[in-house]
Amino acid sequence: MSLALFKRSSQSQQSADASCDCGAPASFRRAAQPRRPLLTRVDWRGAVLPVIAIVIWWAVSEAHVVKSGLLVSPAQVLATAWQQIESGALLKALSASLAREASGFVIGTLGGLLLGSALGFSRLATRMVGPSFDTFKQISLFAWIPLISVWFGLGDAAKVVFLSLAALLPVTAHTCDGIHAVPRAYIEVARAFRYSRWQLIRAVILPAALPSIFTGIYLALIYSWLATLGAEYLLVAGSGIGNTLIDGSEQFRMDLVLFGVIVVGVTGWALNALARAVERAIFARRFQSATR
Amino acid sequence: MTASTLSDSIDILHVSKRYAQQGGAPLAVLDDISLRVRAGEFVSVLGSSGCGKSTLLRLIAGLDTDYSGDIVVAGDKVRDTSLERGIVFQDHRLFPWLTASQNILAALRNAPLSAREKREAVAEHIALVGLKGFENAYPHQLSGGMAQRVAIARGLVNRPRVLLLDEPFGALDALTRGRLQNELQRIWEHERITMILVTHDVDEALYLGERVVTMAPRPGRIKRIVDVALPRPRERNDPRFIRLRDEVLADFAEQDGTRREPQEDRDDDRPNGGTRVPVASPPITEWRLAW
Repeated sequence: MSLALFKRSSQSQQSADASCDCGAPASFRRAAQPRRPLLTRVDWRGAVLPVIAIVIWWAVSEAHVVKSGLLVSPAQVLATAWQQIESGALLKALSASLAREASGFVIGTLGGLLLGSALGFSRLATRMVGPSFDTFKQISLFAWIPLISVWFGLGDAAKVVFLSLAALLPVTAHTCDGIHAVPRAYIEVARAFRYSRWQLIRAVILPAALPSIFTGIYLALIYSWLATLGAEYLLVAGSGIGNTLIDGSEQFRMDLVLFGVIVVGVTGWALNALARAVERAIFARRFQSATR
Repeated sequence: MTASTLSDSIDILHVSKRYAQQGGAPLAVLDDISLRVRAGEFVSVLGSSGCGKSTLLRLIAGLDTDYSGDIVVAGDKVRDTSLERGIVFQDHRLFPWLTASQNILAALRNAPLSAREKREAVAEHIALVGLKGFENAYPHQLSGGMAQRVAIARGLVNRPRVLLLDEPFGALDALTRGRLQNELQRIWEHERITMILVTHDVDEALYLGERVVTMAPRPGRIKRIVDVALPRPRERNDPRFIRLRDEVLADFAEQDGTRREPQEDRDDDRPNGGTRVPVASPPITEWRLAW
């Protein structure tokens, strides 16, 4: 979908079997490459479908074809949006949701890295803890809500626990798998160079497992954002963007609901873009295949 | 280059290795291998797939210690890997997250050199394998031949006394292979360290080795050791080279050429022109047409 936006320059990926000392491509000498202007860099064809959809929506609502209060016009949604932004309600709701998501994500990721590393490096730990963890992983996240609500109530604490759980599972699984999947070939090379155990971990296993670990963290970010919405629906105390959506639907204010949906979508997209930017920064040029 | 390029001799004494098999007799991979390699010598170990030559190399490197017999390098028994014994694998095994020079530098992590000396050694070895200008290239940006050259530089940068090469050019195309064989020969003449090259290519073995050790499979054992007393650089079209190659190839043909005798018998019969059936002729059900 947005692959075109992140097309890598293929210039640095030419490979030539030059047996002479000269003629190395300039890119190997770390030259910077100029970026094309925004207008040509982004593929605007992706915007055609949404624009058409909005036009049709506006036309239908203007023509009053549907006589239900549930179909609101785009203009009404815009008005509501403006009102929400101006009154600071959006900021309050979004910041509450994001703060919870951030705490859950950080706690879950850190816990997941620790647990995943322990499982990855210790065969004993894998044998003992692994089967339980695999079973635990299969339980649908939302099945934990009743238990969590009984133990932690319906407020922020419960939500953060839930979000941490959502983040913990993918990070642990991917960290553990990444460490296990380091090719024996690299470990033998490290043995040939007499690497100590610590050097092996730091210089070979961690870099080799990093793509997988990063995938786990990326999934944790996505899942914890999805879980944020779910948590706000199911653990209703408090404020957040999910609560905005619930309020809207309870009051039959579809404009508020649609506004909430748009905000959720944009936030999700922004988190995704952030993750991609981090990925590019870390993995630029090192690996030929993109992780997504 | 440096004043002293030291090299070690290798003594392989009655080495045998077997793998335990599920529900069966243990599989003998190597059977009583004995070989003495002089310091500074280039020995080619030649054999088809599955004859244990790569296993033998790994035992010499110290990557595997489960065998009977002794491997002694310069008077010390091999117990584990060592910086004194460099190894180049068939797949280049460069770390994909490091550039070419960082990969070579990774080999020096435990070397007793200062940071500046390490950097100089890396630059020296990049130049040695002819890759100046590609120091900052990542392995996926290099062709197979170039990556293998980085692997060779990485194997040499610790100035090992022994370099072990496990079918280093097997994964490359024929043209690159020829070029890299020349490079390796040039490097050996320059460094004069002990090198053991494992290969399945007869020409490569004869081109590079001072001695060629032929191995037979199942179980792996040394069939014959051929002295290649030809001046370097060797001419692949030299009649002596060709004669040696035929001699070595005959070793391998013998393993499955039982049809030779019957044909010769038939030839002997023709002058007599009789109807006498030669004793060693295969039964008629096993006769094969010549085309």
